[in-house]
Amino acid sequence: MTLAPASDQLTADARGRRRSARGGGSAPGRTRIGYVFVALYTLLALAFGIAPALYAVVLAFTNTDGGFTGFDNFIKVVTDFRFWPAVLHVAAYLVIWLIALVIFVVALALLVHALRTRWLGTSLRFVYYLPGALAGASSVLLWLFVLDPTTSPVSGLLRLMGLDSFVQVIQPGNLPFIFAIIAFWTGAGGWIVIMYGALNNISTEIMEAARIDGANAFQSALRIQLPMLRKWIAYMGVMSLAAGTQLFVEPQLLSQASNAVVPNDYSLNQLAYQYAFQQNDFNGAAAISLILLVVALLLSWVFVTRGGLFEKE
Amino acid sequence: MTAVSNDRRSRFDLRGWSGRSVSALIMVLFVLFFVIPVIWLLFAVTKSAHALTVASPFSVGSWADFVANWNQLFGFQGGAVTLWVRNSAFYTVGALVITLMVSIPAGYALALTEFRLRKALLVLTLVVMLIPSTALVLPIFLELNMVGLIGSPLSVILPMSFFPFGVYLTYIYFSTSIPRDLLAAARIDGCTEFQVFTRVALPLAAPIVALVAFFSFVQNWNNFFLPFVMLPSSDGYPIQVGLTSLLSATPAFNPSSAGSDSVQLPTLALATIVSILPVLIIFLFSQRFLVSGMTAGGTKE
Repeated sequence: MTLAPASDQLTADARGRRRSARGGGSAPGRTRIGYVFVALYTLLALAFGIAPALYAVVLAFTNTDGGFTGFDNFIKVVTDFRFWPAVLHVAAYLVIWLIALVIFVVALALLVHALRTRWLGTSLRFVYYLPGALAGASSVLLWLFVLDPTTSPVSGLLRLMGLDSFVQVIQPGNLPFIFAIIAFWTGAGGWIVIMYGALNNISTEIMEAARIDGANAFQSALRIQLPMLRKWIAYMGVMSLAAGTQLFVEPQLLSQASNAVVPNDYSLNQLAYQYAFQQNDFNGAAAISLILLVVALLLSWVFVTRGGLFEKE
Repeated sequence: MTAVSNDRRSRFDLRGWSGRSVSALIMVLFVLFFVIPVIWLLFAVTKSAHALTVASPFSVGSWADFVANWNQLFGFQGGAVTLWVRNSAFYTVGALVITLMVSIPAGYALALTEFRLRKALLVLTLVVMLIPSTALVLPIFLELNMVGLIGSPLSVILPMSFFPFGVYLTYIYFSTSIPRDLLAAARIDGCTEFQVFTRVALPLAAPIVALVAFFSFVQNWNNFFLPFVMLPSSDGYPIQVGLTSLLSATPAFNPSSAGSDSVQLPTLALATIVSILPVLIIFLFSQRFLVSGMTAGGTKE
């Protein structure tokens, strides 16, 4: 995936203009088939992209009888005693996760890229990437075992840190770290592969020139490779930030596995879920969903429109 | 291009022993971090519940214990696990078929035809693609709840079939990798617009069809939040959601569940493997293809 959505669009549009400028006798046929081919996709986009978002807006600004209530629903959820703790939980998790992601993904991509033995680099990337197959509930389940000192393959390490029981491991202060570790374990490999691909794309002349000028590996990584990775790092940051605000399955399963030592309203998405399914307050649930959706939309909008981030150097 | 490039021109030797050993140490530590849980999982399913807690984490149990775990897992609630895996396959393959039928023509049309609101549809695709899919789950639930679709397989298959990333991949491919002259030649030879797509463009797009299919399958098989919200009845669970039922029947994590139909820890570990087996197999056999796919679009000039 990835790269310059905005610039792709521009080149395609320029091409489109050229095509229509040349004028074609076949253009009407092509227009007709265009409509036919996007019809189903447009239908799905309306039904599962636009319509739910609009319906959530309607619900968020009305009450159960459908009367307009202004910002009452938003005031209700924001002043809910569970709301701000959930925001803090998600924020703490995001800070830890994003820092770990940027530092370790970039470092590992650079290190693996610097390897001279080809099979070694290939196998390392594969090993880093493999846990990506265990996403969602499966990876959380696996980490329940790893975090439980009675079964853990690294129980020695856990005990060394003074964690002798599962309940001690999942103390509130540890949770952001735990969720960050799980997310890193499943997600980092994909990004390492992407960064590695980006490193391969750096022109060899530039690297060669740096070497002739006397730069060592560390210097060329710092002065050349790192700046050239900047747009990919930004991309990773934006996407991960957007995904991270949606935290749900990790705290949900941990809550279930700990007899609610971890609360079931730990994250914002869980709180929205509680509103919808425990309190039967769809308007409140819509308000929280809308807040999260607006955050995700803003991030993605900044990304699509500020294409400058993705122009070629 | 593939990330598995054989050029060594850009590789630099890490100078100095200390630098080299520090970097080797870092890489090895992360190999351990990524691999230990997986290896442990493979050993865990061969042990009895007792051996799991007392024996060394990396010792092999016995075949008999593995069979016992297997029987316990597939005997759970009278074969619920088989049903959940079947549900997963049904939802995932159903969504996959619709996704391909919808996304490939749409990507083609966005790239190679002209129509009104084309640009608006492109921007919508990009924006929704960058939104985490979970962000729309509750709004979609509220919408489908209004029309009374909750609990029906369609309530997961249809939202899963809306896959803007697949459209984007197809769009990028058709707008960069298909020579326009080829399509023009086909038109001169008398192909209708529909035949240009089915006879010329589609056969050339086989790699991208495979890529979209892969991403769609993996994402939907692993999807948790959507089916968790849409399907209230255990009969309709996909395996990912079924795992939560197994978890709550595991006395080690939920002491109140000790009973006749309880699940032991090694059985839960086996459930984890079963739940990801299809995805794991695809991962193992498509690494190179996948790596090139993940950087597709990012590497074209």
